[in-house]
Amino acid sequence: MSTHSHAEEHHITSNKTYIVVWAALMVMTAITVYVSYINFGTFNIVIALVVASIKASIVALYFMHLKFEDSITWVFALFPLSLLALLIGMTITDTFTRTIVP
Amino acid sequence: MGDGSVEHSHGHHMDPAVEYSSSKLGMWLFLGTEILLFGGLFAAYAIFRAKYPEMFFEQHVELNKKMGAVNTCILIFSSLTMAMGVSAMQRGKQKVTAILILITILCGLGFGVVKYFEYSAKFHHHIYPDTSIFFSLYFLMTGLHMLHVFIGLAILAVLFVLTLKGKFTAKYNTPVEVGGLYWHLVDLIWIYLFPLLYLIG
Repeated sequence: MSTHSHAEEHHITSNKTYIVVWAALMVMTAITVYVSYINFGTFNIVIALVVASIKASIVALYFMHLKFEDSITWVFALFPLSLLALLIGMTITDTFTRTIVP
Repeated sequence: MGDGSVEHSHGHHMDPAVEYSSSKLGMWLFLGTEILLFGGLFAAYAIFRAKYPEMFFEQHVELNKKMGAVNTCILIFSSLTMAMGVSAMQRGKQKVTAILILITILCGLGFGVVKYFEYSAKFHHHIYPDTSIFFSLYFLMTGLHMLHVFIGLAILAVLFVLTLKGKFTAKYNTPVEVGGLYWHLVDLIWIYLFPLLYLIG
Protein backbone atom coordinates (compact mmCIF):
# COMPACT_ATOMS: atom_id res chain seq x y z
CA MET A 1 0.00 0.00 0.00
CA SER A 2 2.77 2.42 0.90
CA THR A 3 4.08 2.33 -2.66
CA HIS A 4 0.79 3.87 -3.85
CA SER A 5 0.82 6.80 -1.50
CA HIS A 6 0.86 9.19 -4.46
CA ALA A 7 -2.35 7.70 -5.80
CA GLU A 8 -4.18 8.69 -2.66
CA GLU A 9 -7.72 7.97 -3.93
CA HIS A 10 -6.85 4.35 -4.64
CA HIS A 11 -8.26 2.03 -2.02
CA ILE A 12 -7.18 -1.55 -2.60
CA THR A 13 -9.59 -4.11 -1.19
CA SER A 14 -7.97 -7.14 0.44
CA ASN A 15 -8.61 -10.63 -0.92
CA LYS A 16 -9.96 -11.57 2.49
CA THR A 17 -12.74 -8.99 2.18
CA TYR A 18 -13.57 -10.23 -1.31
CA ILE A 19 -13.79 -13.83 -0.14
CA VAL A 20 -16.09 -12.86 2.75
CA VAL A 21 -18.29 -10.95 0.27
CA TRP A 22 -18.31 -13.96 -2.08
CA ALA A 23 -19.27 -16.29 0.77
CA ALA A 24 -22.13 -13.96 1.75
CA LEU A 25 -23.36 -13.95 -1.86
CA MET A 26 -23.27 -17.76 -1.99
CA VAL A 27 -25.19 -18.08 1.29
CA MET A 28 -27.87 -15.69 0.01
CA THR A 29 -28.11 -17.60 -3.28
CA ALA A 30 -28.63 -20.81 -1.30
CA ILE A 31 -31.32 -19.08 0.76
CA THR A 32 -33.32 -17.90 -2.29
CA VAL A 33 -33.11 -21.30 -3.94
CA TYR A 34 -34.19 -23.01 -0.70
CA VAL A 35 -37.06 -20.58 -0.08
CA SER A 36 -38.35 -21.11 -3.64
CA TYR A 37 -39.29 -24.69 -2.71
CA ILE A 38 -41.60 -23.44 0.04
CA ASN A 39 -44.88 -21.78 -0.84
CA PHE A 40 -45.39 -18.46 0.93
CA GLY A 41 -47.76 -17.14 -1.75
CA THR A 42 -46.95 -13.63 -2.90
CA PHE A 43 -44.43 -13.38 -0.07
CA ASN A 44 -42.08 -15.51 -2.20
CA ILE A 45 -41.68 -12.59 -4.62
CA VAL A 46 -40.90 -10.20 -1.76
CA ILE A 47 -38.22 -12.52 -0.31
CA ALA A 48 -36.66 -13.14 -3.73
CA LEU A 49 -36.50 -9.43 -4.58
CA VAL A 50 -35.21 -8.37 -1.16
CA VAL A 51 -32.45 -11.00 -1.22
CA ALA A 52 -31.56 -10.12 -4.83
CA SER A 53 -31.35 -6.45 -3.91
CA ILE A 54 -29.08 -7.15 -0.93
CA LYS A 55 -26.87 -9.24 -3.21
CA ALA A 56 -26.81 -6.53 -5.87
CA SER A 57 -25.92 -3.90 -3.26
CA ILE A 58 -23.03 -5.99 -1.95
CA VAL A 59 -21.72 -6.53 -5.49
CA ALA A 60 -21.92 -2.78 -6.20
CA LEU A 61 -20.43 -1.71 -2.86
CA TYR A 62 -17.50 -4.15 -2.70
CA PHE A 63 -16.83 -5.83 -6.06
CA MET A 64 -17.60 -2.61 -7.95
CA HIS A 65 -15.87 -0.58 -5.29
CA LEU A 66 -18.75 1.89 -4.91
CA LYS A 67 -18.18 2.05 -1.15
CA PHE A 68 -14.90 3.84 -1.77
CA GLU A 69 -16.00 6.14 -4.59
CA ASP A 70 -16.75 9.85 -4.34
CA SER A 71 -20.25 11.30 -4.16
CA ILE A 72 -20.52 12.08 -7.88
CA THR A 73 -20.05 8.37 -8.68
CA TRP A 74 -22.83 7.59 -6.20
CA VAL A 75 -25.11 10.02 -8.03
CA PHE A 76 -24.25 8.37 -11.36
CA ALA A 77 -24.89 4.94 -9.87
CA LEU A 78 -28.13 5.72 -8.06
CA PHE A 79 -29.87 8.17 -10.41
CA PRO A 80 -30.62 5.47 -13.04
CA LEU A 81 -32.31 3.47 -10.30
CA SER A 82 -34.79 6.28 -9.66
CA LEU A 83 -35.46 6.42 -13.40
CA LEU A 84 -35.97 2.66 -13.34
CA ALA A 85 -38.44 3.02 -10.46
CA LEU A 86 -40.26 5.73 -12.41
CA LEU A 87 -40.35 3.57 -15.56
CA ILE A 88 -41.72 0.49 -13.82
CA GLY A 89 -43.96 2.45 -11.43
CA MET A 90 -45.60 4.54 -14.13
CA THR A 91 -46.16 1.64 -16.55
CA ILE A 92 -47.69 -0.51 -13.81
CA THR A 93 -49.90 2.33 -12.59
CA ASP A 94 -51.05 3.03 -16.13
CA THR A 95 -51.77 -0.61 -16.94
CA PHE A 96 -53.77 -1.28 -13.82
CA THR A 97 -55.81 1.90 -13.63
CA ARG A 98 -57.19 1.76 -17.16
CA THR A 99 -60.93 1.24 -17.27
CA ILE A 100 -61.11 1.12 -21.06
CA VAL A 101 -59.29 -1.72 -22.75
CA PRO A 102 -57.13 -0.23 -25.55
CA MET B 1 0.57 8.68 -11.49
CA GLY B 2 1.64 8.78 -15.12
CA ASP B 3 5.40 9.05 -14.73
CA GLY B 4 7.13 6.28 -16.64
CA SER B 5 3.85 4.79 -17.73
CA VAL B 6 3.89 3.81 -21.40
CA GLU B 7 0.18 4.40 -21.81
CA HIS B 8 0.40 8.11 -21.27
CA SER B 9 3.22 8.84 -23.67
CA HIS B 10 1.10 8.94 -26.81
CA GLY B 11 -1.73 11.26 -27.65
CA HIS B 12 -3.15 11.75 -24.17
CA HIS B 13 -3.39 15.33 -23.14
CA MET B 14 -5.21 14.94 -19.87
CA ASP B 15 -3.94 14.83 -16.35
CA PRO B 16 -3.69 11.08 -15.61
CA ALA B 17 -5.67 11.45 -12.39
CA VAL B 18 -8.47 13.27 -14.22
CA GLU B 19 -8.34 10.71 -17.00
CA TYR B 20 -8.66 7.90 -14.48
CA SER B 21 -11.68 9.34 -12.71
CA SER B 22 -13.39 10.38 -15.96
CA SER B 23 -13.01 6.88 -17.41
CA LYS B 24 -14.55 5.40 -14.33
CA LEU B 25 -17.38 7.92 -14.21
CA GLY B 26 -18.00 7.35 -17.91
CA MET B 27 -18.32 3.62 -17.28
CA TRP B 28 -20.77 4.18 -14.41
CA LEU B 29 -22.85 6.40 -16.69
CA PHE B 30 -22.83 3.69 -19.35
CA LEU B 31 -23.83 1.07 -16.79
CA GLY B 32 -26.78 3.33 -15.92
CA THR B 33 -27.98 3.17 -19.53
CA GLU B 34 -27.52 -0.61 -19.45
CA ILE B 35 -29.71 -0.89 -16.37
CA LEU B 36 -32.40 1.14 -18.14
CA LEU B 37 -32.07 -1.04 -21.25
CA PHE B 38 -32.85 -4.10 -19.15
CA GLY B 39 -35.31 -1.94 -17.21
CA GLY B 40 -37.68 -1.89 -20.18
CA LEU B 41 -37.79 -5.69 -20.10
CA PHE B 42 -38.19 -5.75 -16.32
CA ALA B 43 -41.17 -3.39 -16.72
CA ALA B 44 -42.68 -5.73 -19.33
CA TYR B 45 -42.06 -8.65 -16.99
CA ALA B 46 -43.76 -6.85 -14.10
CA ILE B 47 -46.87 -6.06 -16.15
CA PHE B 48 -47.36 -9.49 -17.69
CA ARG B 49 -46.58 -11.27 -14.47
CA ALA B 50 -49.18 -9.18 -12.66
CA LYS B 51 -51.70 -9.82 -15.44
CA TYR B 52 -51.12 -13.55 -15.85
CA PRO B 53 -49.72 -14.89 -12.58
CA GLU B 54 -50.99 -18.47 -13.16
CA MET B 55 -49.38 -18.66 -16.60
CA PHE B 56 -46.05 -17.44 -15.23
CA PHE B 57 -46.22 -19.94 -12.42
CA GLU B 58 -47.13 -22.92 -14.61
CA GLN B 59 -44.50 -22.18 -17.21
CA HIS B 60 -41.57 -21.21 -15.01
CA VAL B 61 -41.58 -24.82 -13.77
CA GLU B 62 -40.25 -25.80 -17.22
CA LEU B 63 -37.00 -23.98 -16.46
CA ASN B 64 -34.17 -25.97 -14.94
CA LYS B 65 -33.64 -24.49 -11.46
CA LYS B 66 -30.44 -26.48 -10.95
CA MET B 67 -28.82 -25.21 -14.13
CA GLY B 68 -29.88 -21.68 -13.26
CA ALA B 69 -28.37 -22.05 -9.79
CA VAL B 70 -25.14 -23.49 -11.19
CA ASN B 71 -24.87 -20.53 -13.56
CA THR B 72 -25.52 -18.12 -10.69
CA CYS B 73 -22.64 -19.68 -8.75
CA ILE B 74 -20.38 -19.54 -11.82
CA LEU B 75 -21.10 -15.83 -12.37
CA ILE B 76 -20.68 -14.89 -8.71
CA PHE B 77 -17.36 -16.75 -8.65
CA SER B 78 -16.26 -14.99 -11.84
CA SER B 79 -17.08 -11.65 -10.20
CA LEU B 80 -14.85 -12.64 -7.29
CA THR B 81 -11.92 -13.54 -9.53
CA MET B 82 -12.42 -10.31 -11.53
CA ALA B 83 -12.44 -8.17 -8.39
CA MET B 84 -9.34 -9.95 -7.10
CA GLY B 85 -7.70 -9.47 -10.50
CA VAL B 86 -8.27 -5.71 -10.33
CA SER B 87 -6.75 -5.39 -6.89
CA ALA B 88 -3.83 -7.65 -7.86
CA MET B 89 -3.09 -5.24 -10.72
CA GLN B 90 -3.33 -2.29 -8.34
CA ARG B 91 -0.61 -4.05 -6.36
CA GLY B 92 1.40 -4.42 -9.57
CA LYS B 93 1.09 -8.22 -9.78
CA GLN B 94 0.76 -8.70 -13.52
CA LYS B 95 1.02 -12.48 -13.55
CA VAL B 96 -1.61 -12.94 -10.83
CA THR B 97 -3.93 -10.55 -12.66
CA ALA B 98 -3.49 -12.44 -15.93
CA ILE B 99 -4.33 -15.75 -14.21
CA LEU B 100 -7.37 -14.27 -12.46
CA ILE B 101 -8.67 -12.71 -15.70
CA LEU B 102 -8.17 -16.08 -17.42
CA ILE B 103 -10.22 -17.81 -14.70
CA THR B 104 -12.91 -15.15 -15.14
CA ILE B 105 -12.96 -15.85 -18.90
CA LEU B 106 -13.25 -19.60 -18.31
CA CYS B 107 -16.19 -18.98 -15.95
CA GLY B 108 -17.88 -16.83 -18.58
CA LEU B 109 -17.42 -19.59 -21.15
CA GLY B 110 -18.77 -22.11 -18.63
CA PHE B 111 -21.83 -19.94 -18.19
CA GLY B 112 -22.32 -19.95 -21.96
CA VAL B 113 -22.02 -23.75 -22.13
CA VAL B 114 -24.67 -24.24 -19.42
CA LYS B 115 -26.94 -21.73 -21.18
CA TYR B 116 -26.42 -23.61 -24.46
CA PHE B 117 -27.62 -26.83 -22.84
CA GLU B 118 -30.59 -25.01 -21.34
CA TYR B 119 -31.64 -23.46 -24.63
CA SER B 120 -31.21 -26.81 -26.47
CA ALA B 121 -33.36 -28.53 -23.87
CA LYS B 122 -36.08 -25.92 -24.39
CA PHE B 123 -35.95 -26.28 -28.18
CA HIS B 124 -35.99 -30.06 -27.79
CA HIS B 125 -39.27 -29.70 -25.86
CA HIS B 126 -40.55 -27.41 -28.61
CA ILE B 127 -40.40 -24.36 -26.41
CA TYR B 128 -39.57 -21.26 -28.42
CA PRO B 129 -39.77 -17.50 -27.87
CA ASP B 130 -43.23 -17.51 -29.49
CA THR B 131 -44.54 -20.23 -27.16
CA SER B 132 -45.91 -17.74 -24.64
CA ILE B 133 -45.32 -14.31 -23.17
CA PHE B 134 -43.37 -15.94 -20.36
CA PHE B 135 -40.98 -17.69 -22.72
CA SER B 136 -40.80 -14.64 -24.95
CA LEU B 137 -39.55 -12.70 -21.93
CA TYR B 138 -37.33 -15.57 -20.83
CA PHE B 139 -35.53 -15.82 -24.17
CA LEU B 140 -35.33 -12.06 -24.61
CA MET B 141 -34.00 -11.31 -21.12
CA THR B 142 -31.54 -14.21 -20.92
CA GLY B 143 -30.59 -13.67 -24.58
CA LEU B 144 -29.80 -10.00 -24.06
CA HIS B 145 -27.89 -10.98 -20.92
CA MET B 146 -25.98 -13.63 -22.87
CA LEU B 147 -25.03 -10.97 -25.43
CA HIS B 148 -23.58 -8.97 -22.55
CA VAL B 149 -21.63 -12.02 -21.38
CA PHE B 150 -20.12 -12.32 -24.88
CA ILE B 151 -19.22 -8.62 -24.98
CA GLY B 152 -17.74 -8.95 -21.49
CA LEU B 153 -15.71 -11.97 -22.63
CA ALA B 154 -14.35 -9.99 -25.58
CA ILE B 155 -13.32 -7.17 -23.21
CA LEU B 156 -11.72 -9.67 -20.82
CA ALA B 157 -9.82 -11.33 -23.68
CA VAL B 158 -8.34 -7.97 -24.68
CA LEU B 159 -7.47 -7.19 -21.06
CA PHE B 160 -5.85 -10.63 -20.70
CA VAL B 161 -3.61 -10.08 -23.74
CA LEU B 162 -2.69 -6.53 -22.69
CA THR B 163 -1.91 -7.71 -19.16
CA LEU B 164 0.39 -10.43 -20.54
CA LYS B 165 2.09 -7.79 -22.70
CA GLY B 166 2.78 -5.83 -19.54
CA LYS B 167 0.66 -2.83 -20.53
CA PHE B 168 -0.72 -2.38 -17.02
CA THR B 169 1.11 -1.52 -13.85
CA ALA B 170 0.30 -0.60 -10.27
CA LYS B 171 0.21 3.01 -11.48
CA TYR B 172 -1.76 2.54 -14.66
CA ASN B 173 -4.58 -0.01 -14.69
CA THR B 174 -7.71 1.98 -15.56
CA PRO B 175 -8.84 -0.40 -18.38
CA VAL B 176 -8.68 -3.40 -16.02
CA GLU B 177 -10.76 -1.63 -13.40
CA VAL B 178 -13.30 -0.21 -15.87
CA GLY B 179 -13.55 -3.54 -17.75
CA GLY B 180 -14.10 -5.19 -14.37
CA LEU B 181 -17.03 -2.83 -13.69
CA TYR B 182 -18.67 -4.03 -16.90
CA TRP B 183 -18.21 -7.67 -15.94
CA HIS B 184 -19.74 -7.04 -12.51
CA LEU B 185 -22.80 -5.50 -14.17
CA VAL B 186 -23.33 -8.76 -16.06
CA ASP B 187 -23.35 -10.51 -12.68
CA LEU B 188 -25.64 -7.87 -11.20
CA ILE B 189 -28.30 -8.29 -13.92
CA TRP B 190 -28.20 -12.07 -13.52
CA ILE B 191 -28.72 -11.70 -9.77
CA TYR B 192 -32.22 -10.39 -10.66
CA LEU B 193 -32.91 -12.60 -13.69
CA PHE B 194 -32.28 -15.85 -11.83
CA PRO B 195 -34.94 -15.48 -9.10
CA LEU B 196 -37.45 -13.68 -11.35
CA LEU B 197 -37.40 -16.33 -14.09
CA TYR B 198 -36.31 -19.57 -12.46
CA LEU B 199 -37.48 -19.30 -8.87
CA ILE B 200 -40.72 -17.37 -8.69
CA GLY B 201 -41.90 -17.29 -12.30
